[in-house]
Amino acid sequence: MHLTSFLQDGQLTIALTGEIDHHCAKQYIGAIEGKIEAYTPRICVLDFREVTFMDSSGIAVVINALRSMSRIEGKLLLTDLKSQPMKVFRASGIDKLVEIKEVYT
Amino acid sequence: MKFDNYMILEFPSRSCNESFARSAVACFAAQMDPTLEELGDIRTAVSEAVTNCIVHAYPNDYGMITLRCRILKDNVLDIVIKDKGIGIDNLEQARRPMFTTGGSDRSGMGFTIMESFMTAFEVTSAPGKGTTIHMRRKLQRRK
Repeated sequence: MHLTSFLQDGQLTIALTGEIDHHCAKQYIGAIEGKIEAYTPRICVLDFREVTFMDSSGIAVVINALRSMSRIEGKLLLTDLKSQPMKVFRASGIDKLVEIKEVYT
Repeated sequence: MKFDNYMILEFPSRSCNESFARSAVACFAAQMDPTLEELGDIRTAVSEAVTNCIVHAYPNDYGMITLRCRILKDNVLDIVIKDKGIGIDNLEQARRPMFTTGGSDRSGMGFTIMESFMTAFEVTSAPGKGTTIHMRRKLQRRK
């Protein structure tokens, strides 16, 4: 697991990288929750540009981030998804719960 | 049944083997000349099935997972993923979207994704004996 983040004007951007599966999902969930609690941003952006693979474990990562953001009444956004993770989100219906800004094809 | 080629893998239910299993199947399937989307679907379905073995079949210990892939005629990839774990009591409930007995790090979408990403999907389970996932994906022949 590897992630980088930056905060600007109340917007926290967290860039995820590599493959998201059950093996690393717990670490992602903990790290994202920690950052949201520390910075209490108005908007949290999960940047999927560098995510090369994701299974349903990624859905749990997003649901947990969504929970953390609704606790502080903030908004969650997903950006730059490649077609494989996008397909997993569509199959789960989570694309109806979270705003997805941009889809890379 | 007639088949062209096959492979069998056996590995313990360690979570680091999730990426190994899906990559191994993707490498095997490469000879069928799949599209990127087909390969993504197959990797996702294998990842879900193997994760289920690791999380649910062997919750307290490591056990063995057997993975068999065959290439059937008409460019069909046939995958069987088998464990000798605790089995599933209520299959109907387990297959329901968003249902999970796992923690908050699980989404309950594994079976739904396997079903929607593969062309055929079947799960058989005996409590105390184990679970077998049998799935197939027909690949388009590229012109």
